[in-house]
Amino acid sequence: WSIAGCSSTPDGEENWVDNRTIYVGHREPPSGTEAYIPQRYPDNRIVSSKYTFWNFVPKNLFEQFRRIANFYFLIIFLVQVVFVVTITSARSGYEDWLRHKADNAMNQCPVHFIQHGKLVRKQSRKLRVGDIVMVKEDETFPCDLIFLSSSRADGTCFVTTASLDGESSHKTYYAVQDTKSFHNEEDIDALHATIECEQPQPDLYKPLGSENLLLRGATLKNTERIFGVAIYTGMETKMALNYQSKSQKRSAVEKSMNVFLIVYLCILISKALINTILKYLWQSNPFRDEPWYNQKTEPERKRNLILRAFTDFLAFMVLFNYIIPVSMYVTVEMQKFLGSYFLTWDEEMFDEDTGEGPLVNTSDLNEELGQVEYIFTDKTGTLTENNMKFRECCIEGHVYIPHAICNGQILTDCSGIDMIDSSPGGKELFFRALCLCHTVQVKEDDSIDGLKKSQLSGGSCVYISSSPDEVALVEGIQGLGYTYLRLKDNYMEILNPKTDIERFELLEILSFDSVRRRMSVIVRSVTGDIFLFCKGADSSIFPRVTEGKIDQIRSRVERNAVEGLRTLCVAYKKFTCKEYESVCRLLENAKLSLQDREKKLAEAYEQIERDLILLGATAVEDQLQEKAADTIEALQKAGIKVWVLTGDKMETAAATCYACKLFRRNTQLLELTTKKIEEQSLHDVLFDLNFFLSYFQGRINMQDYGLIIDGAALSLIMKPREDGSSGNYRERFLEICRNCTAVLCCRMAPLQKAQIVKLIKLSKEHPITLAIGDGANDVSMILEAHVGIGITGKEGRQAARNSDYAIPKFKHLKKMLLVHGHFYYVRISELVQYFFYKNVCFIFPQFLYQFFCGFSQQPLYDTAYLTLYNISFTSLPILLYSLMEQHVSTDMLRREPSLYRDIAKNALLRWRVFIYWTFLGVFDAVVFFFGAYFLFDNTVVTSNGQMFGNWTFGTLVFTVLVFTVTLKLALDTHYWTWINHFVIWGSLLFYIIFSLLWGGIVWPFLNYQRMYYVFMQMLSSGPAWLGIILLITVSLLPDVLKKVLCRQLCPTATERTQVKLSFTRLSDKYYESEKLLYSVSTDEWGANLRLLG
Amino acid sequence: MAVNYNAKEEADGHPSGGVGAAGGGAAGGVGKSRKPDNTAFKQQRLPAWQPILTAGTVLPAFFIIGLIFIPIGIGIFVTSNNIREYEIDYTGTDSSSPCNKCLNVSWNSTPPCTCTINFTLDRPFETNVFMYYGLSNFYQNHRRYVKSRDDSQLNGDNSSLINPSKECEPYRTSDNKPIAPCGAIANSMFNDTLELFRIDNDTRISIPLNKKGIAWWTDKNVKFRNPSGHTNNLTAIFQALDTTKPVNWPQPVYMLDTLEPDNNGFINEDFIVWMRTAALPTFRKLYRLIEKRDSLQPTLQAGTYSLDITYNYPVHSFDGRKRMILSTISWMGGKNPFLGIAYITVGSICFFLGVVLLVIHHKYGNRNTSADIPN
Repeated sequence: WSIAGCSSTPDGEENWVDNRTIYVGHREPPSGTEAYIPQRYPDNRIVSSKYTFWNFVPKNLFEQFRRIANFYFLIIFLVQVVFVVTITSARSGYEDWLRHKADNAMNQCPVHFIQHGKLVRKQSRKLRVGDIVMVKEDETFPCDLIFLSSSRADGTCFVTTASLDGESSHKTYYAVQDTKSFHNEEDIDALHATIECEQPQPDLYKPLGSENLLLRGATLKNTERIFGVAIYTGMETKMALNYQSKSQKRSAVEKSMNVFLIVYLCILISKALINTILKYLWQSNPFRDEPWYNQKTEPERKRNLILRAFTDFLAFMVLFNYIIPVSMYVTVEMQKFLGSYFLTWDEEMFDEDTGEGPLVNTSDLNEELGQVEYIFTDKTGTLTENNMKFRECCIEGHVYIPHAICNGQILTDCSGIDMIDSSPGGKELFFRALCLCHTVQVKEDDSIDGLKKSQLSGGSCVYISSSPDEVALVEGIQGLGYTYLRLKDNYMEILNPKTDIERFELLEILSFDSVRRRMSVIVRSVTGDIFLFCKGADSSIFPRVTEGKIDQIRSRVERNAVEGLRTLCVAYKKFTCKEYESVCRLLENAKLSLQDREKKLAEAYEQIERDLILLGATAVEDQLQEKAADTIEALQKAGIKVWVLTGDKMETAAATCYACKLFRRNTQLLELTTKKIEEQSLHDVLFDLNFFLSYFQGRINMQDYGLIIDGAALSLIMKPREDGSSGNYRERFLEICRNCTAVLCCRMAPLQKAQIVKLIKLSKEHPITLAIGDGANDVSMILEAHVGIGITGKEGRQAARNSDYAIPKFKHLKKMLLVHGHFYYVRISELVQYFFYKNVCFIFPQFLYQFFCGFSQQPLYDTAYLTLYNISFTSLPILLYSLMEQHVSTDMLRREPSLYRDIAKNALLRWRVFIYWTFLGVFDAVVFFFGAYFLFDNTVVTSNGQMFGNWTFGTLVFTVLVFTVTLKLALDTHYWTWINHFVIWGSLLFYIIFSLLWGGIVWPFLNYQRMYYVFMQMLSSGPAWLGIILLITVSLLPDVLKKVLCRQLCPTATERTQVKLSFTRLSDKYYESEKLLYSVSTDEWGANLRLLG
Repeated sequence: MAVNYNAKEEADGHPSGGVGAAGGGAAGGVGKSRKPDNTAFKQQRLPAWQPILTAGTVLPAFFIIGLIFIPIGIGIFVTSNNIREYEIDYTGTDSSSPCNKCLNVSWNSTPPCTCTINFTLDRPFETNVFMYYGLSNFYQNHRRYVKSRDDSQLNGDNSSLINPSKECEPYRTSDNKPIAPCGAIANSMFNDTLELFRIDNDTRISIPLNKKGIAWWTDKNVKFRNPSGHTNNLTAIFQALDTTKPVNWPQPVYMLDTLEPDNNGFINEDFIVWMRTAALPTFRKLYRLIEKRDSLQPTLQAGTYSLDITYNYPVHSFDGRKRMILSTISWMGGKNPFLGIAYITVGSICFFLGVVLLVIHHKYGNRNTSADIPN
């Protein structure tokens, strides 16, 4: 049944035309009628509420922002927040995008896989655990590998881990015994095996002993190719585990900025609170609250008191909110981003050899470069070139220098006997000793390993050894005429200067270990004589020597050590056959013993290497990077403490420290090493050192102290003790460090480097730390330090990629800190202080005005002025200042490192300075406001008798404000380029033009015309001009006076330099001539040096 | 300031600094492309003027400021002292005052309360005299008050006349009709009438007061405009728009000055003057001009005068005061000792500081320039 006539029209909807068809009781229509279109009707719910749970937020917001005022605030809010956030995030996003690119380049570099017996090239990131990888010579391992087989017959390969732990020597690794015979892809693919190993661990040194684990980051050397199976990949590799997480670093300036901001927030809130309270006190009189001429609207009257007070409070907050310099954050971001370009543009920091300049990965930390107090530097590749050179040898007291280095010149100060005159026996024995006593291997073909090495060796053969010193020695001796050819069938072949080949049978090698610190070989010459040649550190050789010119050689060795050369002493001993037999027996017994084999071997060696005859000493130079010593000296003069952290051995590291003038001849070295701690307990050692230092500190002021500490000792210090008083050791250790001018930390694992940095970083003075390094082993400390700097050197780009800044050479650090860092810091600190100052100047008059307008939140300035003050009237000059300012010239900063001390410890953002600026701002604001007040107070200031209103009053204050604030910056500018002139005078001009324009037209889109002709009327009045000039003068006067008096009475080093500079600049001619003189004298000096050297 | 030009840079960019500085020419093939440009800007070597504020350089500036400011100050001070100004408080709070009877008037008391105050000018006012009324304790700068106006209405915009801005609340409508001009400022327009007579031998000679030229020219001609309509008849236009007068006004805006059409309606100068809100709670506004007629005679001779006040404007309720001020005007406005004194003071301080700096400069100056920088 369908009732046809019941097409209902809903009430109120007259245009309803459609019919609705209702099936009673929801019965489906009988088939055959027209097509059934199911219709949907609402259920019987009544909705009178406006919102539902879902649409409350958007709908309500929409309603809210339909009100113009709310919408205005929304826009203002959005502009401020969105602008600031966008700029900040755009910059960090861009910087991270660069890192992504670098990561991608790394992840996409090709790797050779074995897949189904074939060699496949794939991207590095696709590597999985269990994949079999082939690595060719000079490639870096893409992940941690188990070494399966090598192209070398004996199943070994050579690896440098320089980028992992800083040791540049070649290390030998051994393939797994069971697989070392698999030489080609098919063999390898047929391998069925399982590997069980522990879960990844960050400790770099522990598994390095395991001789078939090849670590990511290490480089394959002198081996054609190897196969390996991936066991740890990606972020689980040892290298990655030794990274630290990248966290946002924040500079000290930014921290001060935040503190200052909190102070200003408090000022803002207290201002609003004071005004709100005063308002209600003042209004308690009804005729003030609501005089007959100024009635409230009905809703306003009805509003509850608390609510009203709260709204008033908020209104005051809105009125005064400009005191928080929101635009400062935008300006700071722009300053940092744009300013960092000056670093990358610096051509003096561009390295011609590598074709690379400095890189800026985070510009957040620019100013931190001017605040560095501690520098932690890596040794290998950072301070040194990672390139050993034979410098000289001293044979029985005579000094020889190879031709290759010094054109055959012989040092004059050591009895000038040339090579021919010397007693032939000793000399030849010495050279033979050097030729024989080593573990160097010879690589015959020279086709693979590039030009460099073959040039160095001067011949067709390339030497390989686990110790770079040995290579340098053998190569050096080659320069003196004795060439080591090869080890063939256990015979060592030497080419002597007469081009005869001498053959020695190698009988025994008493290999090197770090406890004995020496090694020996026993050889039999063609004539049947049996010799023992021993080579080792002076400390381990001299006690065993009975003959030879010990004193002369010792003095030479000591001299060389202080100059930073790595010295080795050579001694020999001749065995009779009988003696040799006993030696053989001794060694045989030791080798065959099952228990304490190591110990017994050591004892045997001890017995054999006795009663030696001293032959001479050698000196090898670990070539320092260009100007490393000069740089370190300058940095120390700048009040920065330089620490060397290295994974290398103590002796080599100490030698480098001497070479780069970190330790000087008169530096007293204190040792905190494992060896010492074994003798005494850690507690005693620390106590002794501390006592020693404090005892001598009082007496000898000039004494320099240097501390040497090794990784093991450090971990003892860092380890928390059972009773939980770990802080005690640390404190004592820090106390020692503080008294030392230079600290050397050797045998450091990457994470330990980071630990040291952290220890210093968190010590009670909270110094600013900088870490610089070039290898993957430095990444953790680079990430840990306040500023991390990578060297874009030879050792891959790990460090550079993870650093905040990357420079091509260590020497560039000098300009980077002393010049760029100094500038950045001075610029940004002025920027911060100035921003707070100018906003105090801006808002404090509004605060004062509230006392004269019944606390009614009446703004003093027009809206346009309020909005544009920070955006366009005063923003550009300070931005430009913060990009261009040079309070002292670049040359002066570089020549006088001590100027760096003037800004140490955040000197320009101390509370004192901040309070000075704030009070200056308040003073200026008071001058502006009351100056205008007395000028306007109940009097006429026009010559036609007409009166000015409140907007003219505000405009006058604002004009004085803009001029004062800009001129204040002009007074602070020490470096006026045409751009500065343009921007400073341009922004003042812009203010005037804008004001003329703003007041010159009845703007059709505005619903108020309050500014119409106000500015022009003001300018047409004489007293207004006079008042403006007077007020600007008065506002600037105290600052000028303070500057002059400070400079005159207690000048800082910087100020003295400025005065001196301007003094010298007084006469260009004079200056030029002096410069000429200066350059001539340096040339001469250089020439003299060369003569000496 | 030390005016030294730093001759560090030549345009072709040869770094002449003594230290370091790699030669530009020898860049390797790879390096060439990435090597930063050797421009003065990028190398931060733009030629620059490097002034430093030292006692020596600031000294002359202080003396010059002193020498300029003191004479200016004296000039202003003298000018200000030569200005004649006479002020009468006619609020009537004092019971002896003739206006005391009017103290508690309301807006529309009929007949209006009038009072007369006699006063004597000891010395003649030679030049043009400006007559002001002054109010105290009247917060024209209160935010609620300042924004309570509709500028487009005052500019003669018809739609705003029909529908005034919301800012005008609670003076926006009255009896459901839009108020023209709306808002608290217009509503509270000053409506006392002041008339000045010179009493010469008991005869009261009316002094002609000019009511034109008291408002800014731009306000009268551009910012304020009467609404336009089919007729020139202002009354008809306002009535056609169906507006009503402000609550406190005795008659509508088109009857402010019925005699002179170009001073009627929104362009009435008294109205315009009132609409420019004062900056401070104590203020004065220009009321009338007394122009000098005769070049031989002073504008206002010394003698007795009487001020007739039609007292309509109640100020007692908010503790306010009303004043009438007669003043001559110089090039620098009315009497204002502040500016002159301030100039003299600042000038003297600068001069004094200059002397102090001179002493300091001589005592410590030599030490400074000769001292070497400690390393």
